[in-house]
Amino acid sequence: MMKYGIVVFPGSNCDHDAFSSASLAGAMTEYLWHKDTQIPKDIDCIILPGGFSYGDYLRCGAIARFSPIMKEVIDFANIGGLVLGICNGFQILCESGLLPGTLLRNNSLTFKCKDVHLKTINNSTVYTSSLEMEEVITIPVAHGEGNYFADEETITELESENRIVFKYSELDGRVTKESNPNGSLKNIAGIINKSGNVLGMMPHPERYCESILGRNDGLKIFKSINSK
Amino acid sequence: MKQYKAKIKITLRKGILDVQGKAVEHALHSIDFKSLTNVRIGKYVELNVEAENSEKARDIVQNASEKLIANPIIEDFEISVFE
Repeated sequence: MMKYGIVVFPGSNCDHDAFSSASLAGAMTEYLWHKDTQIPKDIDCIILPGGFSYGDYLRCGAIARFSPIMKEVIDFANIGGLVLGICNGFQILCESGLLPGTLLRNNSLTFKCKDVHLKTINNSTVYTSSLEMEEVITIPVAHGEGNYFADEETITELESENRIVFKYSELDGRVTKESNPNGSLKNIAGIINKSGNVLGMMPHPERYCESILGRNDGLKIFKSINSK
Repeated sequence: MKQYKAKIKITLRKGILDVQGKAVEHALHSIDFKSLTNVRIGKYVELNVEAENSEKARDIVQNASEKLIANPIIEDFEISVFE
């Protein structure tokens, strides 16, 4: 059975949602503390959850990236372990260099907390195998710094290697300027690393895993991981 | 070992849209400072360094700036070291 480790940083606030959603999807789950210097051997997938680690001081994710556990997370990722960074977790992955680029201030300058539609651009990843190609899912964003930026060369590389996993879109799948909540280049909402084991995304699948909370579209991501 | 003071000026790299700067520029124009344009907002960090000499102090701060204080993907920085 798949086992998740959810890293808790000072200021994480989506750790419990991630715990609950991963469990709901049928996996075993445990919390890992940011000061831990070892990742338990039986962990298959690490989640860096959303929140405001270290108060978002300096830059989002910049300080969390040097937490003791991050050294272990980087080693874990480098030997092929699954690492999923959601929202602040995505920012931490970019700061740590596990994913390219960075997340700038939203172009609106406002914090965006709303449902968005995501178009599945690549369903051949571990994280999206339960989704159809071009399938649109609806899950929330909640961030002030989600405006994905990378230099042209990196964007070309991401595109040519099919590493853009999700784009902000309309409900019917059209990728438009209006559907982009933060100004991200190419409407990028989530990207994966070269080896396909590290995914970062700004929207929150863990918040929409139970119909009673609105929708359960996010469950498909956890089910994809569990079916690995 | 001597004590030095370092000042680090961090700015968004050229070509990166500074949305905060833009908002401030709009606000300035709305209160009639029409002659002010191209507003860019950065960060300023001050810290003490213990080092053998000012060159070593600068090296330490340079290294720290590349690693943590600035993000080279989007930011440039300038260091000044004082006794």
